[in-house]
Amino acid sequence: MLRYFRARQAKLTPLLLLSPALLTMLFVVGIPMVFSFYTSLTPYRLTRPETIETFIGLRNYTRLLSDEAFWIAFGRTILFLAIALNVEFLLGLGIALLINRITWGQRTLRTIMMFPMMFSPILVGFQFKFIFNDNIGILNNALQSLGLADQAIPWLVDGKLAMFSIIFAEVWMSTSVFAILLLAGLFAMPRDPLEAAKVDGCNPWQVFRHIMLPFIMPFAFIAMTIRSLDVARAYDIVAVMTDGGPAGRTELLWTLIARMGYENARMGQANAMAYISTILSIAFTYYFFTKLVAARRFMGGAE
Amino acid sequence: MSRTLKNRLRAAGLWFATFVLMVTICVPGLWVVLSAFRPNREILAKPPVWVPENLTLGNFSKIFGFGENQVAIPVLDYFSNSLVIAITSTLIALIVGMSGGYAFARFRFRFKNAWFLGLMLSRTVPGIALSLPIFMIWSRLGIIDTKTGLIIVYVALNVPFTIWLIDGFFRQIPASLSEAAQVDGCTRWQAFWRIEFPLARSGIAAAGVFAFLTSWNEFALASQLTRSTDSKTLPVGLMDFTSQFTIDWAGMSAMAVIIIVPALILTFIVQKHLIAGLTFGGVKG
Repeated sequence: MLRYFRARQAKLTPLLLLSPALLTMLFVVGIPMVFSFYTSLTPYRLTRPETIETFIGLRNYTRLLSDEAFWIAFGRTILFLAIALNVEFLLGLGIALLINRITWGQRTLRTIMMFPMMFSPILVGFQFKFIFNDNIGILNNALQSLGLADQAIPWLVDGKLAMFSIIFAEVWMSTSVFAILLLAGLFAMPRDPLEAAKVDGCNPWQVFRHIMLPFIMPFAFIAMTIRSLDVARAYDIVAVMTDGGPAGRTELLWTLIARMGYENARMGQANAMAYISTILSIAFTYYFFTKLVAARRFMGGAE
Repeated sequence: MSRTLKNRLRAAGLWFATFVLMVTICVPGLWVVLSAFRPNREILAKPPVWVPENLTLGNFSKIFGFGENQVAIPVLDYFSNSLVIAITSTLIALIVGMSGGYAFARFRFRFKNAWFLGLMLSRTVPGIALSLPIFMIWSRLGIIDTKTGLIIVYVALNVPFTIWLIDGFFRQIPASLSEAAQVDGCTRWQAFWRIEFPLARSGIAAAGVFAFLTSWNEFALASQLTRSTDSKTLPVGLMDFTSQFTIDWAGMSAMAVIIIVPALILTFIVQKHLIAGLTFGGVKG
């Protein structure tokens, strides 16, 4: 009897230890997301509270299907993420390889690398709004003083340039996540295979492609997973820099949700969009997480 | 001869690339810091004033409301709100995260990986998407625009990643240590506090700093869940400086410095442990 109780207890202990975490997530994420889904099935407007009781099924979602502004923002968000993540990965890899080869001041460089990661996204947005300002920004001032541009370049006023500026800010903030983790991967790499490859006559590219890259890929996937956990923080940057402007040219899914929900007070419709953006984020994270698990298994097999 | 030349060129290229990298990382931040000490008139000057002519603390005394300056923006309130919210939510997240991280590191249980993935995926809901239902529910519960309301949200925001980090740190400590202590007559609880906790302490501190900074920096949720000086945090307060047509660049820069400095100091203190935590938590499955 006692033994049975003990065994029972041993089984319950981990769940007991986990329960505070699970309850928190249930209360702050689980229940609100259920409520959010229900709201997305109503025409709820903040200005007319009684509308939350009207049930309209999937009408908010079907309306989104034919909503051009929504799909443009959706496509732009995907494009934005694709460009930003790829550039961040490549730059981060380059920076990691660079710092790996430097012997003097390496730790200082690594510490400085970490700072952009710790900046508040809202600050990064403000900082680049300041820099890219067409009238008083340091960039235009510098270009004009050096004679590289004879007119002020409308960085945040022109649609395409504004998108470029936002991607630049995003890359500035998040590249260090990749650089630091890939650098940690390079540090952890065993020397023997590298030496062996050199002895066997591999050129530097082959060494990089077939030995270094497979070894550091799991680290890249950690970076991807960490990044995708918080991928929507680009909202802060856009909110400060352009708030979706000029004329909706930098509107991402997240700024569109904020506009629909709080400015237009159309909570039902906004929740439907929010659900789609949530599914997008979850798909991103899930994809990279499974990649991470697979790469980890591969490493485990190689060891 | 040509070989040494080649090596020299290569070294020069390395230094040049490093230089460009450091300039790109440092100049934007330094420019904001410099602007915080310049009068607005000099920032707006045309043609631009490159070498600061007069540095001043005026922007800071203005936003803090010292002297004769009328304070338009209650930065002190925002600062204390940010501090209270970030510290409280970090402490709670650490306790919850330690308990959860220990469970993942030391126990086998059913659906372990699924639980872990579930926790991570619940973190991935975009802040702005999550803010909609929380805004509605918190208004009904009467905790909108309160520090409590935001603290609860931030605990949930930090728990998954804290678990990820702390799980990694506990896993680095051999389980045999606490088993030996238990053989010697410690209870599992004692073994945890006397052996495992002290060993993981620096890692837990790093996880705490990460959680603190997440709360300190957060904007998407705070901007919708706070309205007044009772609960507005610094990042939300930063937006007070922008009206539709004019921006107080000097004031904003000064406030930016106030937000940056604690973040930089904390990052500097724990950076080593943080890197270790990020990698070990992820790689050694």
